[in-house]
Amino acid sequence: MSTPIIRRAEAGTTEAPWVRCTLIGISLVFLFLFLVLPLAAVFAEALRKGFDAYWEALKEPDAWSAIRLTLITALITVPLNLVFGVSAAWCIAKYEFKGKSVLTTLVDLPFSVSPVVAGLVYVLMFGAQGWFGPWLQEHDLKVIFAVPGIVLATIFVTFPFIARELIPLMQAQGNEEEQAAIVLGATGWQTFWYVTLPNIKWGLIYGVILCNARAMGEFGAVSVVSGHIRGQTNTMPLHVEILYNEYQSVAAFAVASLLALLALVTLVIKSVAEWRHEREMKAIGQLSPENTQTAYATLSVKAAS
Amino acid sequence: MLSSSAAVAPAKRRAPARVLPGFKITLGYTLMYLCLIVLIPLSALVFKTFTLTWDQFWDAVTGPRVMASYRLTFGASLIAALVNVVFGLLVAWVLVRYQFFGKKIVDALVDLPFALPTAVAGISLTALLAGNGWVGQYLEPMGVQLAFNANGIVIALIFIGLPFVVRTVQPVLEDAEKELEEAATCLGASRWQTFTRVIFPSIAPALLTGFAMAFARAIGEYGSVIFIAGNMPMISEITPLIIIGKLEQYDYAGATAVATVMLVISFILLLVINGLQTWQRRRSGGPV
Repeated sequence: MSTPIIRRAEAGTTEAPWVRCTLIGISLVFLFLFLVLPLAAVFAEALRKGFDAYWEALKEPDAWSAIRLTLITALITVPLNLVFGVSAAWCIAKYEFKGKSVLTTLVDLPFSVSPVVAGLVYVLMFGAQGWFGPWLQEHDLKVIFAVPGIVLATIFVTFPFIARELIPLMQAQGNEEEQAAIVLGATGWQTFWYVTLPNIKWGLIYGVILCNARAMGEFGAVSVVSGHIRGQTNTMPLHVEILYNEYQSVAAFAVASLLALLALVTLVIKSVAEWRHEREMKAIGQLSPENTQTAYATLSVKAAS
Repeated sequence: MLSSSAAVAPAKRRAPARVLPGFKITLGYTLMYLCLIVLIPLSALVFKTFTLTWDQFWDAVTGPRVMASYRLTFGASLIAALVNVVFGLLVAWVLVRYQFFGKKIVDALVDLPFALPTAVAGISLTALLAGNGWVGQYLEPMGVQLAFNANGIVIALIFIGLPFVVRTVQPVLEDAEKELEEAATCLGASRWQTFTRVIFPSIAPALLTGFAMAFARAIGEYGSVIFIAGNMPMISEITPLIIIGKLEQYDYAGATAVATVMLVISFILLLVINGLQTWQRRRSGGPV
């Protein structure tokens, strides 16, 4: 580090200290203004009139029913999209077939569709003038302005999250381990459970919590299909909007602070998942060649027996 | 062992992965779910549009209020995405190349706009920038108004789009080979020349992808914008809000027409993003 030659060589691939400090400074100020301040403002506004007012706002029955509906929506949405995500990732990452890239693009489609458009398409399907509207009315079923519509719109919006996380991960890992398991006599289900799942678990967790955060926080799509019936079809974000528009600022930010907490928890779980994944990758990378060979030897012994 | 590997080899060339079970069932389920949740509902939109006559459609999508909303939505999204390219690159660069205190926390925080519900972001940014807010109270006396106009929309869209650029550029920067930079230095390039001639070309595709993603997201964004926009017709009314407005007046045909325009635009952007990603993969993985 100390010899002038090495210092000069390093100077070629990094910046002068003052440039470094300026760049770090600018980006930290930018992130502080755009990320930290809005987050802090949520909690500051929620607690502006003290903890009692905050607590009162959360105890309100309408707030409770909004929280309940949000939880129900996430509880239905996330498992459905989880099953889809794993199944889509399995067939896209593990096989080659015609139209694969089209399928991948279509899986991504809900990401680029505006949430408002996502809500609208379900109104066109199930609304009073929609395709299934008359049939639903005959059978006294309600989808739009009711819970099923909210769930459907949320599923649409969070559709690609888990698949998107898993596809590149499973593609990078290749098929060798699964093929080995099958050759050794494992069933398909065993292969998935004992070989694939441990490999993708951190990516899976990341996808699930992101999907969950978006499912609980979705606003645009849900606001089109919900009908905003207080205490019945209001999710937490919609409840925040109503309170805010009624100038009940503290109550609005109190409910919003729960959603902000959810976002923070999501970020923590996500970071932990990422760090664990990195550590596991490093551990595999540090295996010496002999170890790898021993692993192969063990494999072939098992295969022979 | 020998005979089995010989038997596997030619089969491998024809159908590399048919050893693994579950192809038909997973593909079938994926297609069915995709059709039920995404394709059939979206086709409802297209079919509904075809029940309009061309004149009805054209009137609905080119009314003066709608045209003003396109200008605003695209203009604000473009500015926000450009700001994100500059600062996203800066943040990605700082996170990959430099060490500083609290780096891991900063890295985790970059994903906040993905995790924070848009409505929460919207009311919180509004509270900050309004005349009595933490930031607004200092700007208001100087005559700078950031809330309840187009400025507010741009700020909300910067917030929403930031992680897209950072998260697409970051892995590419991490994989960039330092040897190339060393070579450039040895050949006498200054650090700035190395950046513009060596590093920048290698991250340009990722940067463009991030730009397109942030732009696409910004165009459709609704939740964070409506609180801060002020929503005045012709001035600060975004296109998704036009759709909502038409729906609230039971103008389903008009809402559908505008939504179709937005759907087509987002489809085009999706194809552009896919093309950019292929380009990027070929750049980084293909033969030089």
